[in-house]
This record gives sequence, structure tokens and C-alpha cells, in this order.
Amino acid sequence: MSFVSEFKTRASEKSRDLRHRSVIRTALRSYEVVRDKRKAAFQSWESARQAAAETKWEAINHLDEHLVALTSKLEARGTKVHWASNGVQAREIISQILRDKKARTIIKSKAMTSEEIHLNHALEKEGFTVVESDLGEFIVQLRHEPPYHIVFPSMHLTRGEIKDLFQKELGDAPSDSPEELTMVARRVMRQKYITADVGFTGGNFAIAETGMISITENEGNARLTAALPKTMITLMGIEKVLPRFSDLALFLPMLATAGAGQPMTCYNTMYSGPRQPGECDGPEEWHVILLDNRRTELLADAEQRDSLHCIRCGACLNVCPIFRNVGGHTYGTTYSGPVGAVITPHLRGLQDWKHLSNASSLCGACTEACPVKIDLHHHLLQNRRNASASEPAFFERLAYKIFAFVASRPVLWSFAKKFGRLTQPLQRLVTGGVIDPARQWTKTRDLPPIAPESFKEWWAKRKESQAE
Amino acid sequence: MKNVETILSEREKILGRIREALKVSAPPPGSHDETSAHSTTESPASHAREWLPSVGESSAEQFALFTKNAADLKADFQLLASRAELPAALKKIANDEKWSRFASHGGELSNFASASLGLPVLETDKGYDVQEMEKCDAGITECDALIAQTGGVVVTTRSAGGRALSVLPPHHIVIARREQLVADLPAAFALLQQKYAANYPSMISFITGPSRTGDIERILVLGAHGPKKLTIFCF
Ligand code: SF4
Repeated sequence: MSFVSEFKTRASEKSRDLRHRSVIRTALRSYEVVRDKRKAAFQSWESARQAAAETKWEAINHLDEHLVALTSKLEARGTKVHWASNGVQAREIISQILRDKKARTIIKSKAMTSEEIHLNHALEKEGFTVVESDLGEFIVQLRHEPPYHIVFPSMHLTRGEIKDLFQKELGDAPSDSPEELTMVARRVMRQKYITADVGFTGGNFAIAETGMISITENEGNARLTAALPKTMITLMGIEKVLPRFSDLALFLPMLATAGAGQPMTCYNTMYSGPRQPGECDGPEEWHVILLDNRRTELLADAEQRDSLHCIRCGACLNVCPIFRNVGGHTYGTTYSGPVGAVITPHLRGLQDWKHLSNASSLCGACTEACPVKIDLHHHLLQNRRNASASEPAFFERLAYKIFAFVASRPVLWSFAKKFGRLTQPLQRLVTGGVIDPARQWTKTRDLPPIAPESFKEWWAKRKESQAE
Repeated sequence: MKNVETILSEREKILGRIREALKVSAPPPGSHDETSAHSTTESPASHAREWLPSVGESSAEQFALFTKNAADLKADFQLLASRAELPAALKKIANDEKWSRFASHGGELSNFASASLGLPVLETDKGYDVQEMEKCDAGITECDALIAQTGGVVVTTRSAGGRALSVLPPHHIVIARREQLVADLPAAFALLQQKYAANYPSMISFITGPSRTGDIERILVLGAHGPKKLTIFCF
């Protein structure tokens, strides 16, 4: 099956799934309430957004300089910086470090980049044990499925399902209370931090000025991952840079507010090296891997370059009417929702993924929600334009040609209208069925009736009656 | 390990692609908002203070704000009249929670706190056994700042006994002085920069409330992997 037909099948299944709908609604309803409250606490959320957009613009449009500065600062304090053009290279760098360290167990905190390069699968095939420590990631790992949402990986599951999962996989599920289930995961994980050979993290921001990687999390799992194992590996996209340390004063609360309606995420931690002289703990070695994986192609598209400003807060997913109906797994991509629909065609091929740009009502809710003001819904339109320019759809073009031909000839047009009014009752007899000529439309929607009288006809009549 | 040349060349390839891509410039984000206009020499975020949640002028207002924010986060904030009140307040927690041992680090305030408890203590300063720390009932640390705007604290490897002490034991106790309260996030970053710019601690952590998760039905649970409790003493 092609990506598009898989998408359509899953989308029509999910949008009819009432259980799925109620789980997602419940999860997101509270999100909207708290987010609006946090946004209102800002003296000026709009000015903050504008400044955030300008800051990321500055970072991305001088990306080379910032990466060079970041790297030299990191290296000066003993961090090993690696560069990977694609997933294969990144995986190879990571495996090589693990082999050199004779590592067996890797404890991971949440990193979407590792999903992007299918890291867990590759490492497990090589015989390493990979443990996801973020609760949501741990749950989806036990279910052998990808995260449902870039920020809330297990939001599609109910507590009952998680209880059954823990019972089956861990033999430990005292009840279905979220509290007790969380404590099960806590117990399982505690010893793993201590015994793991390598800690693996992603990164939310990279500060060029000071050579730091900032990691945002609520659970404390990334803190422990970066504190206890002897070796630490951090994988992140090259677009994560911010120019200045003080920029975080704006970005940290904005990420928390847009992403989860929090004033600040519980732990925001800046790492500037492995354990330094005089420090009592921390990894002896720290490897930072900067991943391109076709981000430079997105960079080369000046029109959509701002999609690299994304701080992966997930706000655009949360407000998207399509995401809320078809769900995260339907996309079949690492990054789902509006931002996924914008960037996936660049990262994985326009023709294979152009259908995502059509999975949008163009309502603009995503653009409005985005804390860094990415013009998401216009980028969806641009993707549509680019896709049809590079590979025009024959029937669509034919249909529009015929339409244009008829519509620009008044005689033909008024004949077509009359013909339509006459034949529409016949169409209604078969509506939605296989012989319905308008089936693609009527399968899921009503076909509005053609007006009994056009404006032109009405106008002509009116003039006549006035003349009398 | 790959030889140095291939590593370098991957770096050069990526930087090369970036430079090539940036030859075409992208329009800066359009400013529709008069209030956000800024001069070109300043960084766009330099006025963050004017947009972030307001914090009040006086120190009394800011303490009140910190108290409210900490309570919202489910942290326990205890503003003491003087340092002399600390031992009793600390002992009460230790008794209520039946501590048998705790971990701490060397420092004027933390030493004072540790000494007042009379329990076995694991000091992290010269290295420690992680399994031993895991068995501790609490971690007592100092901090770099309290932030009124968020109700959170800032710790570093240097101010708070390393990376694990503030996150591994189930109860994190912070001992702070009143002068350590800063108004907002920009002030906290400025303070860190002024204090450490020559040689940053390898970890700086903004801790905003006890560890938490909402990964099961978005219902808040405290103590996901880090401390279930966060108590902040200030005098
Ligand atoms: S595109 Fe904007 S709203 Fe969507 S995840 Fe990225 S930063 Fe958040």
C-alpha cells in the first residue's frame, strides 16, 4: 500500500472510532484551559511570540556561525562533537561509542530525533538493551509502537489499558490509578539509571554563546540519565540553536506555556560539558551528535525556512481539527500534525507525503497557536502548489480545463446550470453509491442543491418588473 | 572510532550545505505589532521582562508571588523569621517522614542544616556511592536563586552538590537566604552569567516544583522519577 492509501484507511477508521475521540477530547480539553490561563498571565504573549520568531530567525539564518561557535565551546570543555548527515551515520556513530565502551544497557530520555533515525530498533538488533525512561515513552515502548504525540507519547491510552499492559509486561499493576501506575514505572526505572552503561538524551535548545545544551522535562528522568551513567550521548537536530544564554529566559516559559500550559516545565537543565574538575558526579564522557538528515534541504527553501524555527512544543497538534480526529499514528510519520505535514515532505520526499498537506482545513489554528509564529497553514498551501507543479494530476487538470472552458462561455455556462438543475434530482437517487458521478464528494458529504435561480436570472427579472 | 578526517569532512559537508542554502535569504518575520519593534543592535529577546508574567515592584510582593507560585506547583515553601528556626522545622519533617539517613553537600547553609539533624549523612563533595544515595530519604542542598516569577529554584553542580543530589532522593530540601530571591527569569539568567561566565558549572538546572508526570490520561502525578517532594526553606 502506498503512504497515501494507508493514511486514508487509518484516517477513516480513526475518525469513526468514538472511543479514540473521547480519549483525545478529554486529554486536550484540560490542555486548552490551562494553556489559555498561562498565556493570559503573560504581559504580552504576542510580543513574546514576535521576539521568539525574530530570535529563531536570527539563529537559523546564521546557522553556520552558531554551530561553529557552539561546537568550539563544547569541545573546549571536553565534549566530543560528532556530525551526521543522515540517520545511518548517526546510528553508526552511536553504535561505535557503545562498542568502544563495551556497553550493554542504554537508558534513554525522550528524544524525537532518535525516533527519526529509528535508533531503538537498530540498537536492539545489535544486541543492546534500550530502556525508555520517560513514562509515556516507556509505555509505548512496551506496546512496540511509536509515540502518538511529540510531547504526550501515550495520550491515546486509558489507565485501564496501561494497567493491563503493565500486568502483562511487568507483572506489576496494583490498580488502575495513575499514581500507582506511575510508581510502578518509577520502581522499575530506579535501578536502571544506576546500572546503565550509557545515558542517552535529546536536546531542546543549543546555546551558541555559551556552548550548552538545554533539556526540558517534567519527570526528572533526563536529569538522572545525565547524572548517573559514565557515558552520555546527546542527539539533536542542527536547527536547535539559540544565539544567547539569556534567550532561554523567553523560550523556556514559552515552550512550557504553548506545549502544556505550564508556567515552566519542571526541569530545564543546561549542560555545558562532561564532569568537570572539582565536580563530584556526572558522566566522564559526553558525546553530542548534530544531525542534519535533510534539514539543510528545508533550509534551502527560503519560503519555508521558518519551519526550522519549530521548538517542538506540540501546540499545533493540540489545536488541529484534523489531528484531533485522525490521531497521531495515522500520519505514519515521526512528526505528526500540522508541523509534521509541513516538514515531512521535505525530509522524506514530496510526492510520497504530499497528501499530508491536503489533510488540513486551512483554518489556521496551527499558525495562531505556534509560539514562534511559523506560517504553518500557508506552508501547507505551498506544499500543495509545489506538489502539483512538479507532478500535475492529470484528471484534476482536465477537470479544471473543462470548467474554465465552460465557465468562460456564457451560453455554455447557462446551459450547464440548467442541465445541472434538471439532472440533480436523478443524482440524488444514487447519492454516495458506486454509480454516483460525484461519489468522491458525496461519500462523506452532502452535495448542496444548485440554486433554483441564478443571480443573473434574478437580476434580469427584477429589471423587467421595474420597467413595468 | 572513525578517523579524524571523515569526522571533519562530515562537519565540512554539513556546514557547506548550510552556507549554500543561506545564499538565498529568507524574509525576517513580519512585525505587525508596534510594541515589539526593537533596535537592530539589541537582541530581539532583550525586552523579555516586559512581556513575561508581571512580578510586582517590592520585595514583599515578590515573596508573596513566590509563595503563591510554589503552592501552585505543590512545593512546600517555608519562609522562616531567622536561621535559628531552621533546625526545628527540619527536624519536624525528618520525624514525620521517619528519615534514617540523608545526603547533603558542604556549604555554610547545608552544613548548618545537616548538623542540626543528628542523622547519618552522605556527603557528596568528594564523590559518593550511588547505591548509598539511592537509599537516602532526602537530599539537602543550597541553591543559586529563587525565582518569584515561576516559584522555582536554580541549582548548579557547584551550588547543590553535583548532578544527582537534587534529583535522586525522594525529598529535595533547599536551604536559601532571602537575598537569593530574584524577580524574574531574565534576572536569574543575568545572575548566572555574572556569577559563572568565566567557568560555568557543567550543569545548571531550573527546578520548578517537584518531579511530575501527566502521561497517564493527563492526570498530574508527583514524583515520576525525581523527588516526590520539594521543600524550600528561606530565611
Ligand atoms: S510548529 Fe510551532 S506550534 Fe507546532 S510544534 Fe513547532 S513550535 Fe510548536
